[in-house]
Amino acid sequence: MGRYLLRCGALGYLAVLLLAPVGLVFYRAFEHGFWPAWHAIASPDAMHALKLTLVAAAIAVPANMVFGILCALAIVRYRVPGFRLVNALVDLPLALSPVVVGLSLLLLYGRNGWLGGHNVLFATPAIVLATIFVSLPFVVREVVPVLREIGTEQEQAASTLGASGFEIFRRITLPSIRWAVAYGVVLTTARALGEYGAVRVVSGNIVGQTETTTLFVANRYQDFETQAAYAASIVLALIAVVTLLLMNRLRPKEETR
Amino acid sequence: MIEARNITKRFGDFTALDHVSVDVPTGSLTALLGPSGSGKSTLLRVIAGLDRPDAGTVSLDGDDVTGRPPQKRGVGFVFQHYAAFKHMTVQENVGFGLEVRRRPRAEIVKRVDELLELVQLKGLAKRYPAQLSGGQRQRMGLARALAVDPKVLLLDEPFGALDARVRKELRAWLRRLHDETHTTTVIVTHDQEEAMEVADRVVVMNGGHIEQVAPPRELYDAPANEFVMSFVGPVNRLGDTYIRPHDVELSLEPNGATQEAMVERLVHLGFEVRAELVRDDGEELSVQLTREQTDALELAEGQIVYVRPTRQTVF
Repeated sequence: MGRYLLRCGALGYLAVLLLAPVGLVFYRAFEHGFWPAWHAIASPDAMHALKLTLVAAAIAVPANMVFGILCALAIVRYRVPGFRLVNALVDLPLALSPVVVGLSLLLLYGRNGWLGGHNVLFATPAIVLATIFVSLPFVVREVVPVLREIGTEQEQAASTLGASGFEIFRRITLPSIRWAVAYGVVLTTARALGEYGAVRVVSGNIVGQTETTTLFVANRYQDFETQAAYAASIVLALIAVVTLLLMNRLRPKEETR
Repeated sequence: MIEARNITKRFGDFTALDHVSVDVPTGSLTALLGPSGSGKSTLLRVIAGLDRPDAGTVSLDGDDVTGRPPQKRGVGFVFQHYAAFKHMTVQENVGFGLEVRRRPRAEIVKRVDELLELVQLKGLAKRYPAQLSGGQRQRMGLARALAVDPKVLLLDEPFGALDARVRKELRAWLRRLHDETHTTTVIVTHDQEEAMEVADRVVVMNGGHIEQVAPPRELYDAPANEFVMSFVGPVNRLGDTYIRPHDVELSLEPNGATQEAMVERLVHLGFEVRAELVRDDGEELSVQLTREQTDALELAEGQIVYVRPTRQTVF
């Protein structure tokens, strides 16, 4: 009985807080059929926004993946001096409100900022920087505990067998952490696609130029173009689902036994 | 020949090795025996290059390898917890060392085949480590270490994580393997029986020092000090004399050099019987008898017997 209640409770909670709102967006998007939704998405502004979002993610995700793996190795394996501080600071983007992140970038790259005057602000570079900043912690956070857990014995064994540092990383360490990396990448991607606050501040929010898909959704909604807003929302949701499915697909058989 | 000279290794405040020097002759099977914290594993890891000593030198076959990384030492290392490459099959594990040496495919396949035959894992080549038992994993670990024809084979408590039966099997098997290959081998263990059974030389370590280096028999018969005496077998301590439980004669009548004692407890261990005695001066004594001896004396708990040590040691 208790277990039954718990299950119903959990499902009900999910249904009310997650499925209902998302489902409603789907319903509203296709309320007038497929074509109105399609035309809203195919408009030049919507396409530009989608392209901008994908470009930002395409730069931020690999950058944060490489940085995340190196950072986790530095924290766990090599105990580089000062990396305890890095370990603590890595979570900052999670703790900091994205609007504050945006403002700090604004101060840094603004007209009177330290790095001002490079045409960074209100253009694609600012959007990419903001995206990198907010999606930075995920790979590090996923990889650090796994690296700790697998320990160093396999790596030591490989070293006695003659493998160089890079070979050990490529053939022993990387395969052992690949699922943590993959999961971190999924989370990074989700965050990169969904970022609003920081991008809103640094992009200038210029329609057709620095408007990402999330900004597009918010702007259209405010302008009472709900059809476009819902349709673009659905594109974001679908990209997220496809990312998750791809990760599951890539999982090799040996891991699922 | 492995020569370790004046090795010192500290971990923070703890001195794991304090000016330790030891030689391992070519072709021997040497055991490093000692309690945990005695420095035996650290010494092995220093020889392998996995730990760097704070002072001292290591040479292999006359080559000073102290500054060399493990990759360039030509040692095979076997870990207590196997250190199996979990994402590789058995044959990929065994072939790893040859693979990173860029040996031709055909040669790798042939060598891996031979080794799997040697460690009796032929039918399991395509399995993953997770699908093997502990004993099988450790045999794979050995095959992997042997694949690169190491100058020396180093085993760190290789059977420590296995159950008693498998441990015994693998010990005998390791001894046979060594008799066939004659690879210079060092095995770390805290189990004196294992050291005695497998090795032809035993290095007894304690608190970062070497207490004695001797063949198993000599170690037992002529221990250098109290530590070695009590570590390599059970011992009674009476004042400053040490007596092994089997070096005591019991009789029912007092005769000359005997002392009175009461049988407090009899423990039957199959063929062997252990009698726990209390002497009239209150000292406790454990005596090892055969079943025949016990039956002949008609020993029973509470009985008074007379005790005469046949052999005792004073340090």
